[in-house]
Amino acid sequence: MGEAIVITSGKGGVGKTTTSANIGTALALQGKRVCLVDTDIGLRNLDVIMGLENRIIYDLVDVVEGRCKIHQALVKDKRFEDLLYLLPAAQTSDKTAVTPEQMKELVDSLKQDYDYVIIDCPAGIEHGYRNAVAGADKAIVVTTPEVSAVRDADRIIGLLEKEENVEPPKLVINRIRSHMMKNGDMLDVDEITTHLSIDLIGIVADDDEVIKASNHGEPIALNPNSKASIAYRNIARRILGESVPLQPLDEVQGGVFSKLKKFFGVK
Amino acid sequence: MKKTQNVLIKGTKDGLILHLDDQCSYEDLKKELLDKLTENQRVHKDYPLITVSFKIGNRYLTDEQKEELRTLIRQEKNLVVGNIDSNVLTKTEVEKMMKEEEIVSVARIVRSGQVLEATGDLLLIGDVNPGGKVVAGGNIYVMGALRGIAHAGVYGNQDAVISASVMKPSQIRISDVITRAPDVFLDDDKREMECAYIGENGQIMIDRLQVLMHLRPNLNRLEGGH
Ligand SMILES: Nc1ncnc2c1ncn2[C@@H]1O[C@H](COP(=O)(O)OP(=O)(O)O)[C@@H](O)[C@H]1O
Ligand SMILES: [Mg+2]
Repeated sequence: MGEAIVITSGKGGVGKTTTSANIGTALALQGKRVCLVDTDIGLRNLDVIMGLENRIIYDLVDVVEGRCKIHQALVKDKRFEDLLYLLPAAQTSDKTAVTPEQMKELVDSLKQDYDYVIIDCPAGIEHGYRNAVAGADKAIVVTTPEVSAVRDADRIIGLLEKEENVEPPKLVINRIRSHMMKNGDMLDVDEITTHLSIDLIGIVADDDEVIKASNHGEPIALNPNSKASIAYRNIARRILGESVPLQPLDEVQGGVFSKLKKFFGVK
Repeated sequence: MKKTQNVLIKGTKDGLILHLDDQCSYEDLKKELLDKLTENQRVHKDYPLITVSFKIGNRYLTDEQKEELRTLIRQEKNLVVGNIDSNVLTKTEVEKMMKEEEIVSVARIVRSGQVLEATGDLLLIGDVNPGGKVVAGGNIYVMGALRGIAHAGVYGNQDAVISASVMKPSQIRISDVITRAPDVFLDDDKREMECAYIGENGQIMIDRLQVLMHLRPNLNRLEGGH
């Protein structure tokens, strides 16, 4: 019996889908059986980032409405040997086509076959959010170092804390620009974690490679040489229970030189 | 047939006080009050307005009965009604009073979009984040950082205070007085261990926590001791 993790944020465009794709990929790289579930009905794009769009035949709404069996709708990621699958969202249906009860049932049955079910949540706190959270055991909240994103993350954490079946959420801070943080032009990691007071599970740099990779349908986590990839792989290892220290800010982005300077007390 | 008086009228500098016997029936009381009022009418004719209060001892009057007494008084030209003072409280009134006296402690974070309410004093062991709100009939004590909205004395208590370990609220309200935070709190502005109260000018003042012991001595509930 696997576990289901919902990736959520409140605010749109902070990197939920990118995080879902990369955490899923990184877990599969660790040899886990993973099913990605896109619950953003009407605005699906997890399939695009994964490069699986062309292989979609059925979708989540087809499964829920009984037009096909779950396994018929799952799209296999050929880069992995039977480890990574995607259940795509419907592109056409109405958001209310699925109920939270149906979602829970669906996720529960996926948990029978997969080690991890990663649920990509739509923006907002309405119907789509409730669907995405319905079957989850754990939650990861994604935010960027911006006041409005942190505010929405706080709102979502408040809602998640009321979900009896969901463990206390963990935090990913995405799109960090270390020079802006150091200059105080962006909220820093400490400020964000004390404000939200939940455990940090990872920080990811703002990295053009992430966008390039997504546009090619190759999640960055597949590329072993990028900082962002290491960040996502570290998050996956922490999910698996390893205690991987956080990358120092200077290593999240940029070289190690500035860290050395700091060590020697040079400003 | 008549023996003792059920209605005793006493004049004080604040007006008349009517002591109503609490053993006789309400009907007798009403009748006697009416008699007394008509009897005394002439005497007061040219006097200025006089306040009439009641002391009703151990009698319990329903709201309708109280209103009846008030109407009797109001019918007299130069009389206005003061308060009706009884030794008796209903269970609901007592429960309400106890709730208002009570300190409720809560350990959590009040997050954006959340509201935490208490009838009496509120002791929050945690933060109030921006967009979050705490409301209390009495005082509010935040053991963490107050960065959202706090509203103390929500039923009208002007003496209510708000204190916080880190005082960076977006808005503070005490009773019906509102104050907004400065647009930015500077980073080196720690705002630690502060309190908010309504000052003599009727505005909300923010000061060191320690001023409260002088300004609101009634915050002390500990009896005895040294
Ligand atoms: N770490 C990152 N560095 C650079 N761009 C990123 C990063 N994470 C996400 N993005 C970009 O931000 C945009 C929104 O990301 P997406 O994952 O679709 O957000 P959401 O699902 O929360 O709406 C996309 O264009 C994506 O490529
Ligand atoms: Mg998305």
